[in-house]
Amino acid sequence: MVEPPLHRVTLPNGLRVVLAPDSAQGASGQAPVVGVSVHYDVGFRSEPEGRTGFAHLFEHLMFQGSESLEKLAHFRHVQGSGGTFNGSTHQDYTDYFQVLPSAALERALFLEADRMRAPKLTEENLRNQVDVVKEEIRLNVLNRPYGGFPWILLPPVLYSTFANAHNGYGDFTDLEQATVDDCAAFFDTFYAPANAVLTIAGDFDVDHATELVHRHFGDVPAREVRSRPSFAEPFPTEQLTGVHTDPHAPLPAIALGHRLPDPVGELDQYLANIVLAAVLTDGDASRLQQRMVYREPLVVDVHAGCGLMGAPLDARDPDTFTLTAIHTPEVDAERVVAAVDAELESIAASGPTAEELSRVTSRWAASLHREHDRVISRTLDLGSAELIHGRAELISELPRRIAEVGADEVAAAAKALTPDARATLRVQPDSNSAGGAA
Amino acid sequence: MTQATHRSAEEIGRTEAGPRPLPPLGEPRALRTPDVVDTELPNGLRLIAARHGVVPMVEARLRIPFAGEDPMHPARAEVLAETVLTGTAARDRVQVDTDLAAVGGELHAVVDPERLSFVGSALSSGLGTLLEVLGDALTGAAYAADEVAGERDRLVERLAVARSQPRVIAREELQRHRYGDHPFVREVPQAADVGQVGPEDVRELHARAVLPRGATLVLVGDIDPDTVVDEVTRILAPWDAAGTAAELPALPRLQGGDVRLVHRDGAVQSQLRMSAQGLHRTDERYPALQIANLSFGGYFSSRLVENIREDKGYTYGAHSSFEFTRGNGTILVDADTASEVTAAALLEMRYEFGRLALVPPTAAEVESARQYAIGGLLTSTSSQSGLASMLSTLAACGLDHRWLSAHPDRLREVTAEQVAEAAQLYAPTSFTGVVVGDAAKIGDQLRALGGVVLP
Repeated sequence: MVEPPLHRVTLPNGLRVVLAPDSAQGASGQAPVVGVSVHYDVGFRSEPEGRTGFAHLFEHLMFQGSESLEKLAHFRHVQGSGGTFNGSTHQDYTDYFQVLPSAALERALFLEADRMRAPKLTEENLRNQVDVVKEEIRLNVLNRPYGGFPWILLPPVLYSTFANAHNGYGDFTDLEQATVDDCAAFFDTFYAPANAVLTIAGDFDVDHATELVHRHFGDVPAREVRSRPSFAEPFPTEQLTGVHTDPHAPLPAIALGHRLPDPVGELDQYLANIVLAAVLTDGDASRLQQRMVYREPLVVDVHAGCGLMGAPLDARDPDTFTLTAIHTPEVDAERVVAAVDAELESIAASGPTAEELSRVTSRWAASLHREHDRVISRTLDLGSAELIHGRAELISELPRRIAEVGADEVAAAAKALTPDARATLRVQPDSNSAGGAA
Repeated sequence: MTQATHRSAEEIGRTEAGPRPLPPLGEPRALRTPDVVDTELPNGLRLIAARHGVVPMVEARLRIPFAGEDPMHPARAEVLAETVLTGTAARDRVQVDTDLAAVGGELHAVVDPERLSFVGSALSSGLGTLLEVLGDALTGAAYAADEVAGERDRLVERLAVARSQPRVIAREELQRHRYGDHPFVREVPQAADVGQVGPEDVRELHARAVLPRGATLVLVGDIDPDTVVDEVTRILAPWDAAGTAAELPALPRLQGGDVRLVHRDGAVQSQLRMSAQGLHRTDERYPALQIANLSFGGYFSSRLVENIREDKGYTYGAHSSFEFTRGNGTILVDADTASEVTAAALLEMRYEFGRLALVPPTAAEVESARQYAIGGLLTSTSSQSGLASMLSTLAACGLDHRWLSAHPDRLREVTAEQVAEAAQLYAPTSFTGVVVGDAAKIGDQLRALGGVVLP
């Protein structure tokens, strides 16, 4: 396939723009849709102490009106133009995005520029969205088995600083104490144009889109962006353990967390870990599926991957290699861990086979093609790669770079995941709880 | 962390130039209709193949009607779906995965009360391999004793995990409440039944029910629809049998009535699940109902979401959607709310039902919903996987790609009067449903509200 050529513009106010037009205009079934995203370089690792969950809460407020738009107008204009929208908060960034018929491109740019310039931050909307966010947390964490496992539960075991260890969804008491002035300070600190990347992908003309970007974002005033603090902290030097009692879980579970190489500065070593994770648990023939699910069997399911939020290359350093498994009460957690370690030692000693490497390569290439066939995924991956790596091109290079990872590098990655620098979190069911409906 | 000196919220929210006007929409660009072949193969299988998109991939959706009246059917069907891709005479489980991996492929089987589905994808250069693995499983799945035993045991554990999910509990209770013991309600098999399923049961079910006649295979991607017909015909020719795949018996018409409260110990949130009789996709009033439904709760800019989320903060999400079975359609409305506001949310939901039926959507509401429906169709079918799933869903209703390409015009022609008429289906008396939550916390509120049967 022909990779879409990327175009870049940086506005005088510092806003970085990535343009990725469809490469094959007029191909069979090519749809006239366009994706627009804005990635701000602030995630929940940057939120202030005493304000856990604030970055995510603030994301909600960015949909609540601006100088030109009343509350609810943003949703109505996007959807009333035939589009869909959302936003999400990650460790190191917050994104906002729409997919619309391409005739609505200018409207999407207007909406994003308006809230970048002058969002309306009000007490009434803040209190309303605190309630909405609390319901989101009840839905996804408090009322659900394995809620927040492992992304909220594992970091406090593995990490020691507030930035890396705290709950990014937030404690209810912190959320309730958030003030409108906190919002103003957060906006002025982190939502400057020079702290953002605007991405447009899909069916559009580059020159026309560039003109529209200038028209709508050009007079968003420049504001100073302070240099980003490092969130680095030393690797653990001992085994770290934690236990969480889950009132809704029917079976025990375990999560192992290891520190990864720096995703930006040590990209090749990081990619070796992506391959390692796939060799361990991707597909029926993978090492741990074979051993732990089918041969022995120890677990109901097992999954390994890079990143805390379910996707690799989604955060800067420090990042986490995560392995999770749900097992029956008859199986000791120690046996689960021992089986993982045995396979890690085997890969560390002999590396994966050529056949294991090639299966990972083909599946990765295919899954990236498939993922990027969806305009929203393409838009968001380009934006986050530009923000975190400074290179949106990375997403189209990944299949080749994954294919270049050799057995020795995977062996080295496995060797680095040593038990004495690892966090182990055990989730145990609450023995007093029935779990299901009466 | 944040700056000590910053502007106030009021200063941030205004600029010297003041508010700006919303720019108009540009000229709509036309969708290039995909090249599609829709044909029946000699073995009775319907094949729909479409060339779509630019990535070198192909998506496959095989949908086999798979209904069964026997109370043990759901357990057998579930074990069959879990083991159909675990080996044949030609390939063991590892070889199946290895052959698929070589072409960047994935293939999974899932079953529900209506159908057995195979969902797959591969690099388009590997379509032959994907079809061979699929054909091998369809004609020669071995159901080895150890694979069946292993999957059966894991399934029992997975069912425990599934039934601890509030949404699964709520769905199961709603199904029972709506349809009693109709086979449609048996979506999650009973662990005790699964424990009794042996290899012979699964082999017998496969031979009897995994049939090409009545089934549909959809292929979408970087393929030539014409030449692919020959390839599929050749590779799937051995999949041949008399008989026709079994359709689910018709559902009874849904009647409105009391909501049932289901107790869930220790719940901090409640699941509200309401349902009413709707229309089938093939009904000429369907496009109007689609617009009425969006206005009610079918998208974010709807009455229900603006009320119980954006005004009152009772929920993270509220939704109104359709569920289609052959010849039938129902309306499903859901929201999850904190225990403290559960009854209040149900009250608002009922209020919005009544309001939609009595105060029909305004011209602006109709226009917004219309644009959203048209745009959503465009977006959701712009990817290969989206188009494949859509064509497969339509085929189950007896519809094809021509229905799909004509649907935007159908939506454009809907009048406000037709929407108002469709909105009558939302009369509060048409709905019934369940609330799953902690009865100790929400029982009194719901009793006071009325129309709720308590445990």
